[in-house]
Amino acid sequence: MATTYEIAMKQAEAEENGGAPVVAVDNVKRSFGSQKVLDGMSLSVSRGETLAVLGRSGTGKSVLLRLIIGLDQPDSGSIRIHGQDIAGLPLDRMSEIRKKMGFLFQHAALYDSLTVAENVAFPLKRHRRGMSRSERGDRVKQLMAEVGMEGDLDKMPSDISGGMQKRVGLARALALEPEILLLDEPTAGLDPISSGEINDLILKLQRERQMASIVVTHDLHSARTIANRLALLDRGKVAIEGEFEDLQQSDIEFVKEFLKQS
Amino acid sequence: MSSSGYTNVAAVIPPLPGRRSAPISIAENPATGLIDGFFEWFGSLGIFFWKVCKAAVTPPYEWRELVRQLDEVGSKSLPLVVLAGASVGVVLSMETRSIMTQFGAKSLLPISVVYAVIQEMGPIITGLVVSGRVGAGIGAELASMKVTEQIDAIEASAINPYRYLAATRILACMLMLPLLTVAADAGGLLMGWVAQTLVEPISFHQFIDKGFSGATLKDFLPPTLKTAVFGLIIGLVACFQGMRTRGGAEGVGRAATNSVVLASLFVILSDVVLVKIILVVFPN
Repeated sequence: MATTYEIAMKQAEAEENGGAPVVAVDNVKRSFGSQKVLDGMSLSVSRGETLAVLGRSGTGKSVLLRLIIGLDQPDSGSIRIHGQDIAGLPLDRMSEIRKKMGFLFQHAALYDSLTVAENVAFPLKRHRRGMSRSERGDRVKQLMAEVGMEGDLDKMPSDISGGMQKRVGLARALALEPEILLLDEPTAGLDPISSGEINDLILKLQRERQMASIVVTHDLHSARTIANRLALLDRGKVAIEGEFEDLQQSDIEFVKEFLKQS
Repeated sequence: MSSSGYTNVAAVIPPLPGRRSAPISIAENPATGLIDGFFEWFGSLGIFFWKVCKAAVTPPYEWRELVRQLDEVGSKSLPLVVLAGASVGVVLSMETRSIMTQFGAKSLLPISVVYAVIQEMGPIITGLVVSGRVGAGIGAELASMKVTEQIDAIEASAINPYRYLAATRILACMLMLPLLTVAADAGGLLMGWVAQTLVEPISFHQFIDKGFSGATLKDFLPPTLKTAVFGLIIGLVACFQGMRTRGGAEGVGRAATNSVVLASLFVILSDVVLVKIILVVFPN
């Protein structure tokens, strides 16, 4: 198991190598009513690194992603993106930071009144105003080809499967060439073959683009496949963080139980 | 406060001195719960309106979406509004005729129909029809987008949902309501004349000439322009109800219903105030 000291050393080493944390979550707390969802959560991710966040349902994994992209605000603690604390930033300034981030929602959240191609073109239309229509069309085709869906440009989201919707969601998340990629349950509800395809796709994108990624998942196999590091949440905190082998060697009862049941 | 803080007023407004910070459930104290709910709703609406205003006046402007909404609100409501206006014109003509005959004032029939349609019935009927069609549409559409995280996806794509979704719809309602009112008025006058001429033939030119005799622009312009306020109310209430929805399909249904009910109610209530203001500012 990697100790806190070792993780801190790794981070220091990454910083020395010019890999300062792109996302740094420090002692974040978030409650909904009387329910404490995050209770002192801390983690960080550097460029080119993929962190998988695992945990039981309701442990605040998705809340963590919403906090990082600013869709929700922590009760206390800080979240820094490229060193900038995002707490309380006005919407327009937060939008500038969000342009560097891509978010894949758990259920893809495609705009159901737009075609698949229009969904992917949506952020481009608004943030790449200098792009001509044909350039935008080419970019959409390129993104759709990257996720293996170049033949489905004119379909509506309701006409494609859940796995395909996730691919389109991923293409949309990549449209602005983000430096940070947040993936909420990318393989949830998919059959093993579709899950494998999505995992391969994420790995390919990581190799090609060197983004800092945080993947929230229940799927331990998927986490092992795509992540450099894993963080297991328990009661609103990181119970253990490290490589899969570190989790396997852990003496913590919750970690053992989680691995046994996964 | 959350960046989309229109649902979370309790979190941003500290409790009043001497009051409990925990929310009081309606089951505990129904009266207090209702009063809190009333003030929370209006407070949230005010914050929402402020965010929409700020978003609407700062670039980038969403012209294409505005044009799409103008079409959605305007041209698609046109047949319904004209039909409603025409029906009101017929009814007014028939009802007024019997009363005027009783008082021997049949010659005043055109003027009473014209004034009733243009000054009150056209605007209010347009407001109520648009509340039903557009209010329900906006409420349900935005609520559905909210529960399927599409609004979050818009925000996550660094697009201001207050600008892209709310400001465009509200502005479209404000711009189209006066134009739809003119169409409803035209339908009402035309069918009011048809209803009269079937009983006692009169040329349309004569009907209009008598109806508008002695009238000035100030008799007709303010009642038509007041519908821009109806548009503001309809768009604002429907966007607000839609974007604060929670709770899946049931929430979507509730948002659509509440949008129509509240928009219609506020249109009628605001009409009372607007009529009074018009009478004060433009006395006869």
